[in-house]
Amino acid sequence: MAEYKLTTPLTDEDVVQLKAGDVVFLTGKIYSARDAAHKKLVDLLDAGKDLPFDLEGASIYYVGPSPAPPGRPIGAAGPTTSYRMDSYAPRLHSLGLKATIGKGKRNEETRKAMQDHKAVYFGATGGAGALLSNSIKKSEVIAFDELGPEAIREMTVEDFPLLVINDAHGNELYAVPDRKAAGIE
Amino acid sequence: MRTIHTKDIVDAVAGMCVKANTELPDDVRAAFEKAMAEETSPAAKEVLRQLLENADISADTKLPLCQDCGLAVYFVEVGDEVQIEGGNLRDAINEGTRKGYGEGFLRKSACDPFSRQNTGDGTPAIIHFDFVPGDKLKIVYMAKGGGSENMSRVTMLAPAQGWEGIKQFVINRVAEAGPNPCPPTIIGIGIGGTFDHAAKIAKKSLMRRLDDTHPDPDIAAKEAELKEAINKLGIGPMGLGGKTTVLDVKMTVEPCHLASLPLAVNVQCHSQRHEEVEL
Repeated sequence: MAEYKLTTPLTDEDVVQLKAGDVVFLTGKIYSARDAAHKKLVDLLDAGKDLPFDLEGASIYYVGPSPAPPGRPIGAAGPTTSYRMDSYAPRLHSLGLKATIGKGKRNEETRKAMQDHKAVYFGATGGAGALLSNSIKKSEVIAFDELGPEAIREMTVEDFPLLVINDAHGNELYAVPDRKAAGIE
Repeated sequence: MRTIHTKDIVDAVAGMCVKANTELPDDVRAAFEKAMAEETSPAAKEVLRQLLENADISADTKLPLCQDCGLAVYFVEVGDEVQIEGGNLRDAINEGTRKGYGEGFLRKSACDPFSRQNTGDGTPAIIHFDFVPGDKLKIVYMAKGGGSENMSRVTMLAPAQGWEGIKQFVINRVAEAGPNPCPPTIIGIGIGGTFDHAAKIAKKSLMRRLDDTHPDPDIAAKEAELKEAINKLGIGPMGLGGKTTVLDVKMTVEPCHLASLPLAVNVQCHSQRHEEVEL
C-alpha cells in the first residue's frame, strides 16, 4: 500500500499509478455534488449547456455538508453513500471526470467506466464529518444555491485523507462478506 | 395532575438535538474503544482511530459528528397524570427540533419525496407517542441518518421459517448492505406485531444503550448469537475488512398474528446519536 500526495486537477498519470488500498492526500479544488445536483448537471448536459465547473480532470465529492458555523468555512463534511450517483457517474467519467469521493460500493457500469476512462473512486471515512471538515479550507456555492445542503460547492482542500477503493485497473478494496463463516451458505 | 409547559419541552428537545449531534454518547465511545483493542487489521484500526478523533473534534468545535444530522426521531412516554400547557405536545417537539437544528447549525435533511424540496427546518420530526402511568414526560431522541436507513428492510416470513429464517434474513441483509451503511453498525430488530409495528419496534430497539443486556435471557442469547454470526462476515469498519461489522444487535419481540412472522431489520450507522430527557 503506497501513499501519495496529489493535486487537482488530476491527470491520467496521477490516476493510473494508484492501486486499491493506496492512501492519497488530496490538495486543490474539488466539487461537492450529490443526488439532486447530479440530476441538474445531467439536465444541463442534455440541454447542451455548460456545466458550472470544468469536468476535465475534476474530482467530485459526494457530500451535503452541515451549515458553516461562524468563523469556519464549512460545517461537518463527510461522504454520503455513492451508489445513488451510479446512474450519472459513467457519463461524467466519459466527459473527463477523474475522481469521485464517497463511501460504499459502486455498480458494475461505474466500475467499468473508471477503467475505460482512467478514473478512480476514493473512500473517505463515513461519519467522520468533523474530522474531514478540518481539511477543507475554503468553500463557496457555485451553482444550484436553492438546493441548500445539496448545492454545488467549490471546496479547496489540503491533504484531504482518502483511500483508493476502486482503481482504474478494475481492483476493489472492500472485503467480500464471508457468508459461509457466518453460517448462511 | 402535573402541568408541564410547552416552553420547557421546546428547550429540552432543542438541547437534546444539539447535544446528541455533537457529543458521542459514552456507550458508543466505549464500543469504539473495545473494537479498537480487538481489531488487528491496520485499516480497521485506522477507521476506529479516525472516529475517536472525530468525536474529540466534534466535542471541541461543536461541529456535528456527521453532516447527516438525520431525520429527528422521538419516542415519547406521556404520564397519564401530565397535563401539557401552552400548546400541543407534537407542535412543541417539532418547534424544539426546529430550534435545535437551527441554533446548532445542524443539517436539515427533511424533504418532499417527489419534488425533493427541502422543508428547510428539519421538520416534521417522526414522533411515536406512548401513554404510561405517572406524572413524568420522557422524550428519547435519535438522529437517524439516511445512508443506514436505506439499508433497512421489513419482511413477512412464514411461521415455519422460524428462528433459522430470521437469522438468514438478518445476516443476508447485513452482507448485502456491505460497506454502505457506515459499519460498524448497530442492528435493531423487530420481531412480531404487524407489518408497521415490526418496523417501529425495530427502531425502538436502537434506542437501547449499547452496554445493556436484554432482560429476557433467551432473547439476550439470540442477540449474542446474531452478533457473533454477523461479525464472522468480516465486512469490518467502513467495509475494509475486520472483526467488527456490528457493534451490537438489539432485538424486540412481541406477539404476532397466527399466520405471520413479521421481521424488521433497522440498520444504524456507527454514529449512534441518541439522547433522552425526563421532564
